Amino acid sequence: MRSHLLRGGTVLGLASLVVAGSASAQSLTGAGATFPNPIYTKWFDAYHKKTGVQINYQSIGSGGGIRQFTEGTVDFGASDGPMTDEQMAAVKGNVLHVPTVLGAVVLTYNLPALGETRLRFDGPTIARIFQGTITRWNDKAIAQLNPGVKLPDSDIIVVHRSDGSGTSYIFTDFLSKVSPGWRENVGKATSVNWPTGLGGKGNEGVTQQVKQTEGAVGYVELIYALSNNLPYATVENAAGEFVDASLASVTAAAASARFGKNTDFRVSITDAPGKDAYPISSFTWLLVHPDMTDGTKATAIRNFLRWMITAKAQRMASDLKYAPLPNEVVALIGARLPSLKANGKALASE
Amino acid sequence: MTAITERKLARPADRSPLDHASYGDRIFRGLLTLGAVTIPLLLGFLVLELWQGARLAMGKFGLGFVTNSVWDPVAVQFGAFPLIFGTLLSSLIALAIAVPLSLGVAIFLTEFSPEGLRQPVAFLIGLLAAIPSVVYGLWGIFVLIPALRTTAFPLLREVLGFLPLFRGPIYGPSMLAAGIILAIMVMPYVMSVSREVLLAVPDTQREAALALGATRWEAVITAVVPYARSGIIGAVILGLGRALGETMAVTMLIGNRHEIAASLFAPGYTMAAAIANEFSEAVGDVHLSALAYVAFLLFVVTVLVNAGARLLIWRVARGSAAGGKAL
Repeated sequence: MRSHLLRGGTVLGLASLVVAGSASAQSLTGAGATFPNPIYTKWFDAYHKKTGVQINYQSIGSGGGIRQFTEGTVDFGASDGPMTDEQMAAVKGNVLHVPTVLGAVVLTYNLPALGETRLRFDGPTIARIFQGTITRWNDKAIAQLNPGVKLPDSDIIVVHRSDGSGTSYIFTDFLSKVSPGWRENVGKATSVNWPTGLGGKGNEGVTQQVKQTEGAVGYVELIYALSNNLPYATVENAAGEFVDASLASVTAAAASARFGKNTDFRVSITDAPGKDAYPISSFTWLLVHPDMTDGTKATAIRNFLRWMITAKAQRMASDLKYAPLPNEVVALIGARLPSLKANGKALASE
Repeated sequence: MTAITERKLARPADRSPLDHASYGDRIFRGLLTLGAVTIPLLLGFLVLELWQGARLAMGKFGLGFVTNSVWDPVAVQFGAFPLIFGTLLSSLIALAIAVPLSLGVAIFLTEFSPEGLRQPVAFLIGLLAAIPSVVYGLWGIFVLIPALRTTAFPLLREVLGFLPLFRGPIYGPSMLAAGIILAIMVMPYVMSVSREVLLAVPDTQREAALALGATRWEAVITAVVPYARSGIIGAVILGLGRALGETMAVTMLIGNRHEIAASLFAPGYTMAAAIANEFSEAVGDVHLSALAYVAFLLFVVTVLVNAGARLLIWRVARGSAAGGKAL
């Protein structure tokens, strides 16, 4: 028995040595956002098969991702919301936000009386519903946006996320832009002090609550709504058009956002100006150090990012129903990658 | 008690250190001591860690954190009163439903049930304890809540609507729904332990009562249950401890609203649910620290409840023998 244990221990020890040996050259660790986890997993797997570089990603949430990135326990972070100025100060500004894919948030509702008719909303009306100042479905504000639709005379039951999430961040970021009242009283964050409504845990919690309750309205990720065939509203954008959420209209939102030449990519694209832009859209980011201490790792990250913005990798994103980056943003990222450094020195080209 | 322990422990040391068995004993004793010391140490570190994590929020909000009701991560204002209230209320509802039910089952199984039914029923109820809490939560969302919303809640409102507890709009997810799911989750624990305690009651108790002309029912109520009462209280406390800390199923059914409402149909929130919900995406230091503060308070509440329970058992146990041992 004892010798068995010993032998087992030796094997384990050897195995860990082997893993540790390869770790220095061919392995990266990252942590953060849960929303892009499916595409990241697919990318990292495809990249591993292609190059042998192992990238381990823990989807622990954006908050945790930023924290671990700041503490230096991971090689890169990932977040659905950009780091704040204070958070950037904590890493002495040594962070580059790299957009990877896009997400969007849709309003889903349960009004069987409407049949196939899609509702239309504008930002201020959504803000008033989620603030509890519009409480009936046949309120004048909703009726004006939906001429000809016979709205039921019933209470609106608001459902929001109870867990902190990037989805809530995008949604409240949009509402803060279009409604001064929302900006002052509630604000934008991964979790806020909701003025009204029920909290559901996760996209599925919100969806179930909306599905089961007649007269309920809630917000979920576009991907989630698409893969579960949920009804969702079209939303008026900054150009005054009512836009349906789709991969194309979300990419259009990113394309119409204005980036400076030296942008740090921390750009909010909610309420974007384009005519075809879906207004409740956002980037999700990888957080990397523009100046790393480990040259091998810096090169590995740079190479992965270079691969990530190729047409092939971005197509994998649209296969999973993530809106891919528009060409303008891909070009901007491509132009920025050569500036990544290790210990103040430029990286070797390959 | 202590004298016996010391004598037992002292024995190996009397032997020669060259004796092989004595070495084995010493190592064994050392290992056991290590185990015994590790657990209090772990607890100590846990409290220390929570306290350190919560220091920022403690400094900012002080004890007002306990009585304040606003929870606003954007304005960096945090108060845990609705969370503490929700934790205690949902657990109370759970006990109010689970205790009579599980006691009834336990009494039935030990005193009235046919021999062949005892083991299977006890086994099945024990199985309930093995179901993961997220499964309870999903079952709650898909089965329990629709049933409650369409039938049980409207009926309650109809019949008991004169009480403020059963008024107001019915959403489904609510304090009452969380209490009911907790009751189901707590039941196997209360049932199993009280069954063991009732089984430990000597038959002479029953025989004496029956010999005095008591019916079966009277024998149970006058002779068996009082004999086991401190053990039964212990079973209830075990259930309460489980209800206080339960997280996943509760957060899926309670509606997660930082608010204190008179109606049980209204959504609420618990401490454990808030931590689970907000921890992973808490971005600000104060927000994170406030959650650690909540965890610390949950710990304090649990300790207080357990201390109160010990006190209760101790006072009750002075009258009976079996229960004290059962714990």
